[in-house]
Amino acid sequence: MSDTRVTVAKTYKLYIGGAFPRSESGRSYPVSDSRGAFLANAAQASRKDARDAVVAARKAFGGWSGATAYNRGQVLYRVAEMLEGRREQFAVEVAASEGVAPRRAQSLVDAAIDRWVWYAGWTDKLAAVLGAANPVAGPYFSFSMPEPTGVVVVLAPQTSSLLGLVSVVAPVLAGGNTCVVVSGQSRPLPAITLSEVLATSDVPGGVVNMLTGRTAELAPWLAAHGDVNAIDLGGAPASQLVDLERAAAGTVKRVLRAPATEPDWLRVPDIARLRAFLETKTVWHPMGV
Amino acid sequence: MDSTVWEYAPAPESRDIANLRASYRMFVDGQFVDGTGEPLKTINPATGEVLAEVSTASTADVDRAVKAARRAYDRVWGKMPGAERAKYLFRIARMIAERARELAVLESLDNGKPIRESRDVDVPTASAHFFYHAGWADKLGYAGYGPDPKPLGVAGQVIPWNFPLLMASWKIAPALACGNTVVLKPAETTPLTALVLAEICQQADLPPGVVNILPGAGDVGAALVNHPDLNKVAFTGSTEVGKQIQRDLAGTGRKLTLELGGKAANVVFEDAPLDQAVEGIVNGIFFNQGHVCCAGSRLLVAESAADELLAKLRARITTLRVGDPLDKNTDVGAINSAAQLARITSLVAAGDDEGAERWTSPCPLPDKGFFFAPTVFSNVSQAMRIAREEIFGPVLSVLTFRTPDEAVAKANNTPYGLSAGVWTEKGSRILAMASRLRAGVVWANTFNRFDPAAPFGGYQESGFGREGGRAGLEAYLDV
Amino acid sequence: MAAPTATPPAPPPDAAPLPADLAEVTRDESTLRRFLHGLPGVDQVGVEQRAATLATRSIKKAAKLWAIDTAISMVDLTTLEGADTPGKVRSLAAKAKRPDPDHPETPRVAAVCVYSDLAGVAVEALAGTSVGVASVATAFPSGRSARSVKLADVAEAVASGASEVDMVIDRGAFLSGRYGLVYDEIVEVKTACGAAHLKVILETGELATYDNVRRASWLALLAGGDFIKTSTGKVTPAATLPVTHVMLQAVRDWHERTGQHRGVKPAGGIRTAKDAIRYLVAVHEVAGADWLTPALFRFGASSLLNDLVMQRRTQLDGHYSGPDYVTVD
Repeated sequence: MSDTRVTVAKTYKLYIGGAFPRSESGRSYPVSDSRGAFLANAAQASRKDARDAVVAARKAFGGWSGATAYNRGQVLYRVAEMLEGRREQFAVEVAASEGVAPRRAQSLVDAAIDRWVWYAGWTDKLAAVLGAANPVAGPYFSFSMPEPTGVVVVLAPQTSSLLGLVSVVAPVLAGGNTCVVVSGQSRPLPAITLSEVLATSDVPGGVVNMLTGRTAELAPWLAAHGDVNAIDLGGAPASQLVDLERAAAGTVKRVLRAPATEPDWLRVPDIARLRAFLETKTVWHPMGV
Repeated sequence: MDSTVWEYAPAPESRDIANLRASYRMFVDGQFVDGTGEPLKTINPATGEVLAEVSTASTADVDRAVKAARRAYDRVWGKMPGAERAKYLFRIARMIAERARELAVLESLDNGKPIRESRDVDVPTASAHFFYHAGWADKLGYAGYGPDPKPLGVAGQVIPWNFPLLMASWKIAPALACGNTVVLKPAETTPLTALVLAEICQQADLPPGVVNILPGAGDVGAALVNHPDLNKVAFTGSTEVGKQIQRDLAGTGRKLTLELGGKAANVVFEDAPLDQAVEGIVNGIFFNQGHVCCAGSRLLVAESAADELLAKLRARITTLRVGDPLDKNTDVGAINSAAQLARITSLVAAGDDEGAERWTSPCPLPDKGFFFAPTVFSNVSQAMRIAREEIFGPVLSVLTFRTPDEAVAKANNTPYGLSAGVWTEKGSRILAMASRLRAGVVWANTFNRFDPAAPFGGYQESGFGREGGRAGLEAYLDV
Repeated sequence: MAAPTATPPAPPPDAAPLPADLAEVTRDESTLRRFLHGLPGVDQVGVEQRAATLATRSIKKAAKLWAIDTAISMVDLTTLEGADTPGKVRSLAAKAKRPDPDHPETPRVAAVCVYSDLAGVAVEALAGTSVGVASVATAFPSGRSARSVKLADVAEAVASGASEVDMVIDRGAFLSGRYGLVYDEIVEVKTACGAAHLKVILETGELATYDNVRRASWLALLAGGDFIKTSTGKVTPAATLPVTHVMLQAVRDWHERTGQHRGVKPAGGIRTAKDAIRYLVAVHEVAGADWLTPALFRFGASSLLNDLVMQRRTQLDGHYSGPDYVTVD
């Protein structure tokens, strides 16, 4: 056996509806590490891939939003278990993508896994924290409960390839939404590996759809898409922010605006990102005999 | 058997109670001042007569008002302890109640809604909103937005003509409770009660600039929501205008909440409490002449119950008394404006053209003013305009369904998602339907209930953000 | 719009046979049960709210005077006390004939309502007038007696000349689900009534739920009751607006199904003209204008008449009247 074994290189593809297709456009683009060395080719998703991803997300919405919160919590926790299993692989990819030292990469991966666990635990607490029994002035039982907004487009952060990604995707899922994620454009590899984790976890196909490619190309189609209910503009190019928000207004989408600069993802989150993609439903019923 | 005719004699509330004045002025920085916009004449839609001349705001006035609100926020209101803010709101709540009769008559004069509704719904609920939110002002730390949530600053608020005083209260009360100051533009056709509310603010000694009221048309609203020194915009009105505001605010970072149109499905199963379902349907679509964003404008009835229900419904609608809004026995008042009447008429014509079967209540209509007889379209299909577009008038479209799945699919088959109704005696079906209907408010075995403690707001194109309850505070806090 | 005079109630046009589907439901106990339990439910909050909203109708001027006269013509002037005497009944009869001696045009009431042993006295006192005599029967008010005793009570009333019989249903049987027993008893009483009109008292205060009121209403209508009546007056709550709404819906729906008109009589607790007018508004807007006649709507009351008379004077005289200007009987 040769001691200079040639490694088996991984093909990085899109993740749509639980499958790993190449872009329907047949396009790919080279991904480099932080010093410019070639890492891999990633699929360059087209607007039609984006369209297919929305269809897949919509199809998955009924099942995922209809699952019990306890079940969603278990499924999401299972994802964390599997992330843990790929801890080393993620560390290598994050180090390569972000150009950070191995120790730093490892701590980012650990934080990402912990972040996922944190959100997994939220699924069956949200209704208690955000819901209410409304003491209305009449013989009615009135209660309010959070419900998922629907199909959410996530333009993932461009810098933090895994921790940032997890920090924006996990809350969307914990609330019961399904999503179409456009990964960070130049650092997509951890996103694709995350997709592989999701594919082998118990998260149903279509709940998360991962597109790699040019954020600027895909975002306008997704922001204007009639079957998208909300969009997180976090990873959008600054030059597009206004136009994307305007496009989102066409169907009154909920817009989570991009902060001026990418946040420090290591900071302990609050529930703002959960709230951003939840609706409040109020139900009334008379009380009588 | 001879049927006896018992005509109720007219029982009008005296219009003198409204203390109507010949002219009204805008309210800026604690003073009533002349606006420099083109004055408008507000009319009584039940008669067409001019009620009063109202000075309107110009762009410069908008700027003055926003500056006043900013000053009040920076110097007084933003740093006032919540417990002190609360006392002002309690005062306002009480003063609305004290002047309830005056406000109710004025509202009915200006808006055309029946006095029974302005007296029993609009005004008491407006007072209740201030009372409820007053209590929050010093308890915001318990609202679930962190230990010490901060206000946003200055809010620009634009409200519609269907519940003029009530919408003003829905907007102003939570904003003030959270520590914001406001500039509010009432609707062009119904500015009067908001200006009396301004007077109440003045009498309550609310610090100048905390509440500013600028009458005017859509251009004033546009100038207001686009003013660069606002921190928050809240709008209730049409989806079309809501989208424009959302577009206009793109990139500004200004917090926005929208409460827009609806096309609610009222789903009636065969095991419904039929007589109360009939009441609920009537209340759902004929309350406030159907000028309600959450009106139950699509009746989805189980095919097996449709004939019986529709017969009862028509008989019940025939008893609705349409006419003088000030008459205490009027059930359906005047359409708010000639423009709205034209819109209703044209959509009803579209229903005829598209082949729906129209039934109109044989009730007599007054010979002047803007009135429209309660109308029911049956044999309506999902594709028809009357099933898809918000009519905002006393027009009900009836569709049928065979299975619960079909009911849900048809109910949800709209870009709107404000409200829905479900009628059945089966408890588990109520809960299943309530969770499957994609709407911000689901009324089960009731309809059109409102309470300051119960969050209200839409899904999808019916807008975002909530008004009322703990959830409603988020719209006015920097969280 | 002329106020109706207190003509004796025309017999409801019951000649037409029941539609087959309705005739079928009384075939046996279980069919009857299925039918009654298959009636649409009544939502308490909804019906109470509707009743409260309708109660805000403001009836003024001519409409009010008409309502007062109509209400007077619908009164079953009632005395149902252990202390009742022939003298008391005679004075009540005098009042029934001339509710307001100062205003002889005041309508007469529909009937006087007494216990069966005093029915004869009332019949004699009202002979030759249009005022009917209603006798309570069937072990009123509790209905707790053997059926033979109840039927004997009815026979006594009819033999004394009562033109109307107010029976009570067996609430115990109803609440324990023995609907057939209740039905059979009403049918037998109806037969025993002969030409006399049968009012079936549901005692809604003991039925407790609106669903039960609706079921009992239909049961009584199926069994041939000419009127359904809320209460004996001996149980609290007696008549209420929402209960009357439910019963008006029953006779309205009965009419829809059969073409027959049946009547409704709220009894107990209606003391003021204002209350009475609220009931008339409900009659008008829930059942329909057809029911605005003493043939199809009655008030079981005693003190109500004096308030109606007093309010009538207020309307006519243009100033408020006082209790000393109406007779205490």
